[in-house]
Formats: sequence, C-alpha cells, structure tokens
Amino acid sequence: MSASGPSDDLLVKVEDLHAYYGKSHVLHGVSLTVGRGEVVALIGRNGVGKSTTLKGIMGLVMARQGRVLFEDKPIAGMPAHRLARLGIAYVPEDRRIFRLLTVLENLRTGLDRSGMTTTRRQALLDKVFGYFPRLAERRDQAGGTLSGGEQQMLAIARAMMLEPKIILLDEPTEGLMPRMVSQIKEIIDALHREGVAILLVEQNVPLTLECSQRVYFMEKGEVRHHARASELSVNDPVIHQYLGV
Amino acid sequence: MALNGVDFEIQPGEVRAIIGPNGAGKSTFFNCLTGVRHPSSGRIVFDGVDITGLPPDRISQRGIARSYQITNILPNVTALENVRIAAQSRRHAWNMLRHHGAFRDLLDEAAAALQAVGLLNKAEELASNLSHGEQRNLEIGIALATKPKLLCLDEPTAGMSAAETRDTMELVQRIAKNLTILIVEHDMPLVMELAHRITVFHYGEVIADGTPEDIQRNPRVQEVYLKT
Amino acid sequence: MEIPWEFIAVQTVNGIVTGMILALVASGLTLIFGIMDVVNFAHGELFMLGAYIGVVVMSFTGNFWLALATAALVMALIGAALQIVALRPLIGRDPLTTILATFGISLVLQNYALYQFGPITRKIAEPITGQFSLFYLEYPWYRLAMAALSGAIMGGFWLFLKYGKYGIWIRATTQDRVMAQAMGIPVPWVHTGVFAIGAAMAAASGVLFGPLSGVDSQMGLAWILKAFIVVVVGGMGSFGGSIVAAIFISLLEAYATIWVTPSQAVIVSFVVLILTLLFRPSGLFGSAPR
Repeated sequence: MSASGPSDDLLVKVEDLHAYYGKSHVLHGVSLTVGRGEVVALIGRNGVGKSTTLKGIMGLVMARQGRVLFEDKPIAGMPAHRLARLGIAYVPEDRRIFRLLTVLENLRTGLDRSGMTTTRRQALLDKVFGYFPRLAERRDQAGGTLSGGEQQMLAIARAMMLEPKIILLDEPTEGLMPRMVSQIKEIIDALHREGVAILLVEQNVPLTLECSQRVYFMEKGEVRHHARASELSVNDPVIHQYLGV
Repeated sequence: MALNGVDFEIQPGEVRAIIGPNGAGKSTFFNCLTGVRHPSSGRIVFDGVDITGLPPDRISQRGIARSYQITNILPNVTALENVRIAAQSRRHAWNMLRHHGAFRDLLDEAAAALQAVGLLNKAEELASNLSHGEQRNLEIGIALATKPKLLCLDEPTAGMSAAETRDTMELVQRIAKNLTILIVEHDMPLVMELAHRITVFHYGEVIADGTPEDIQRNPRVQEVYLKT
Repeated sequence: MEIPWEFIAVQTVNGIVTGMILALVASGLTLIFGIMDVVNFAHGELFMLGAYIGVVVMSFTGNFWLALATAALVMALIGAALQIVALRPLIGRDPLTTILATFGISLVLQNYALYQFGPITRKIAEPITGQFSLFYLEYPWYRLAMAALSGAIMGGFWLFLKYGKYGIWIRATTQDRVMAQAMGIPVPWVHTGVFAIGAAMAAASGVLFGPLSGVDSQMGLAWILKAFIVVVVGGMGSFGGSIVAAIFISLLEAYATIWVTPSQAVIVSFVVLILTLLFRPSGLFGSAPR
C-alpha cells in the first residue's frame, strides 16, 4: 500500500521494500515518503518492522526487493558511509554512542568532514552545544559514563554534526524520564524549524502527534495506514488498533 | 532489576499469553522458567515440584519445552531428524549401539510431532531448505516431540507474514487441546484470539492479569502501551 | 643462596629491551585484530620482509635510518595491497577463512624470501656502536637505542590515535564498526589503513632487531608465537595491554634465566598464557567479546 505527502520536493521515497534477517522476511513491501523538512512518524507495536525500515534506508539491512530513493536517486545497496556523506543521519534505538570516546570525540567523528573549515566546525560545535548545554559541560567525559538521557542527547548531537538533510530517529524517548522526553520533543521541534526532515519511529503517541506532520502505521512488516497528524487524536480507534492492546 | 516480585500461576490446559513493551522482562521470565537463568530470590514450582535453579536439561526432562525467538533448529539434517533427536532425549538415551532407524517408536513419535505442526510432507527435507515460517513451525515440532506438559513459545510468529501468522495460530489452537501453553507475543490480534488469559509485564513487574476482554478494558495497560 | 643482584639488574635491562621490540610487533597484531577481527598469521613474515628490505637498503646506502624508514613505508604499501586483494573479499565470511588466508600469505612470503635472498643469514650493521659499563657487562648502546626507538614509535602512534583526526576514525571503527560507517567514516579504508600501519610497525621491528641476531627467512616464526601470546595475555585489541604484557613476559623470561637456560626460559611465556586463559581469558586489559 503506498501513500505519500506532497509529491514535489520529496526527500526520501521508499517503494515496496522487502528486507530479511537471514531467512526471516521482516519487511513485506514497505512504501512511504518523507518530504523536504517534514517530520514523518512511523508507529506500530514491537516487532512490526519499524526499526528495520530505518535500517533498510540506511543500508544496514539487506534489501532484497524494492527501491529507496534519496532526492530522486536510487540509494539501495550504497554503503552507509556514503549515505552519511549524502546527508542521511541515523540515530539507532540503542543510541550506540562510542563509549570509549569523549563527548567531543564522539562529535568529531561527524565533524571532521572534508570541506569543513575551522570556522565552520567551531560554529557547528557551538550551535549544537547550545542545544545541549549538558553535553558541553561533559565534553571531555567518556561517552560510556553519561546517563541514558545524556547518551540519547549525544546520539542526536552526533547526527547533527553531519548537517544532514534527514535524520532517521529510532525511538528516541524509549526508557527516558518524562522530563527528558519533553527535551527530546523540543529538539525535534528545533530541528524541524531548521528545515531538517525527520523520519521518527516511536511508540509514544502524544509526542508523535505533537511533533509530526504525517503518520504511517505499520503492522507485520507492512505500512497499513496513513494519516495527517492533525486528523488524529490520542484516543483515535486507529491508534488503538495499531499500537494498543 | 530485570524481574521484581513476579507472582505467576498457570493452570493445566490453559493458553496464557504474556505481553508487555520492550524490556518488560518477558524473556527474562521465560529464561527463569526454563533454567537458562537463575532467579536471585523466589521459587518456581512446576507440577508440585520445586524446579528453581535446576539446569535446563533437567527442566526439560520434567516436562517444560521451549521454542526460541531466533530459530534454533539443526540446519544440516532433515526435519524428521530434528524432531527425532528431540524425541530421543526422553528415552533410549544411553543406548549407543543400535542404529537410530531401529527405534520405531521414536520414528513414529517424530512423525506424529511433524504431523501436528503440518510438516509431515516435508519430513525428508533438509531443515535449511524449509521456508522461514516452516522452520518456525519445526521449532514448535521439536518442542512437541519431547512430550511436554508445558510448552513455552517465544514470539513464534516473529518475521512471519500475515498468512503464515494465521497458519501458526491455527497450529497452536490445534495442539492446545492436549497441552498447557505459555506464549510471549507482540501480535495483539493473535493474542486476543488465542489466549484464555493474558498477563501484562512492564518494567519487570506484572501490571495486569485477566481475560482478553479484561486486558483490553484496562486503562493502566492502555497507558503503558500508548505512553500517555 | 646468595641473591645475584647484578645479574637481576642486567636481566631487567635485557627484559625491557626485548619487551619493547616484542611490544612493537604485538601491538601491530592486536591493532589488526581489534579493528577487523582478523588474526594475522602473516605478521611474522611482515617483520621478516621488513628486515630484508632493511638489508637491501643498507647494502645500497649504508644508512640505517633510511633503511628503517624505507622498510616501514614499503611494507605499509605491501600490507595495504595484501589487505585489499586477499582480505577485503572475505569480509563477513567465517573467521576461519581469514586465518587460512593470512596463513597462506605467510607461507608465500617465507618461501619468496628464501628464493629471493637465499638461506644464508644476512647482517644489518648497528647504527650506534660502542658499549658502556653496566655492572659486570659491556652493554651495547644499540640495545638501549633500539628499545628507545620502539618506545618512540609506539608513543608516536598512541598520540596519533588519541589526537589525530584519523586516530579518532580508527578508535571509533574499533568500537562500533556500524555506527562509524553511519557517521560517514569509510570503514573499508580504515581497515586497509590499520593493516598497513600494523605491517609498518612489524617491518620497523624487523629492521631494529636485525643487528641483534641476523636476518633470515625463518626469523618471523619465533617472534610470531611470542607475539600471539602477548596479544592474548594483554587482551586482544588492547594497544596498551599488549605493551604491558610484552614487557611483563620478557622480564619474567629474563629473570628465569637466573635458574634455567634461555631456551628453557621460554616455557615461562607458555605458563603465563595458560594461566591467563584459565583465570582471565579476556586478557589483562581485554574487553568483553563484541
């Protein structure tokens, strides 16, 4: 089933994506789009293939069938480091910051790119530390010593170092306290204001409805439904059907 | 803490589903039941016998069988062989001299287990050649061949299409007639249709326990799932 | 029994000197394993070929330092080529295939060296001659210089790892290959680079060690075994661990010669290996398996 947002200025287009973990057929033909600067959510229960869809776009999982287009160019099969250079950043579900590198070194993995002058690098660093003052305080601390919420901040900050056009954000609020959840919401809003597109996988319904423009609902490896966030409320039967019990 | 003060009871012949968000402790619970992990405190009593802390092979001998989230079959032997090896664990274990084909009773039991999971026509097929859905069902067949009293199924429909899921659900309904079944799943429609009772885990604790209708109407469960 | 203090002092110096060279060989090995899970059985041959290149450059120019630099550079290039041709195609396959591949490379290189240079041991002249009085011995300055140079090379590399841009790439790739790629780091090239650096370190060790006992096609074999022991004891993938373990084992062996002959003292390293595997299999500084 395919559904799309504004047909002009599409940043990412996924068409009939099938993906496997070994023999396990996890994605049975996922189709979705993300427009430039849009925040699009992908929601569904555990095990429906949301994370796998993000990994499929990032080339971290084998896609056997279907296409992924970035700015109208096919990217399926391209290695992840080339996609990062093209402007796709990935923030995985378990954060996966570099535990033995300091906060600053974690950021440098994305900061030290070709074409980055010293001034631009410092400006970007200052900007991101402005968003995450806690990280600035801990810039010389090893990533592994940060709390869960701080690691999530670092994972997002690290992605921002790539100055990406789209961030694939996998369950950023999982396991976080409510105070941190609202911080994440502010970051997503700020990124949206800057024109960064976000493909957000989430199970937190209120956050999703507040941050996104459109929502895709997944079940059993497929996109089953699609709606504008403005048309949905927390108690919508559709929400219950795909997320609830 | 993975599990915090979990009290749990299951009656013979029940089909009980365990649900809960990620990290809720469902797998840890299974691991404790099947001897893969030892609880730090508390007891597990099965069929009147305290099995806390027993190693997995002893627990299997007592009648608890388990299928795994990541398929655990032997890929280089046939489907029948996979199941026969499981059946063999129950007796003739020390008889090393006779050819395995001579144990007719085991072959019959293995065939019966394959029949129960709908794979009898694939008996001579190498397990690695089976489709993913067939492999998952074979895993259930292997568990069945040990003639368990309690069958624990860990996300049996993970990675399956809607059609394969329906087949597996019918399979479980068929075998449920003679067994007690404990199933961890994320597929809600499946769980609602299959289970007599549902237990909901969250952050290592049981937050709800009841019939499918009870659970659907339980506001705390909705809260936990929708994070409202 | 009277304690032979002077002997112990001399053996301490010897142990440290040998330990530093061993550390240089082993750190290349542990680096390669740490970043790409490749057990490089050809490492001893990279050491040996480096020494031969040193011999060749010495025979043309007589300049030891030029020989050292050339050997490191040439072996870095050869190492990179080997990794691209033989090891890259094996990524994602059973680890046994890379073990077999590097073992095959080691055989090829040994026999090539034998064919090219013949069976007679070659010599590399010491760049620094002369001795000083160390207790009851006339101790060669060169041995100290050799240890200092090894230390300098390892120290320089450590600084590069810690502060250099590519050093961060290497450390990130070692910790999480997938996320390093997701950050735009070209991981396949980092792997090639690290293999080249490991080869260069092995080659430098070969040239440094050359003046001590001569250069022949089999010289890699004795060192590779010790190097593997050091890597396991220090923790596979731990740069600092291999240095500590190398010096520790070399010192123990050196002290053991108070009571036994040097060829028997080798047993010490095996005892340490067995004890490590029994009680602390991840090594002194090793990290848990990924």
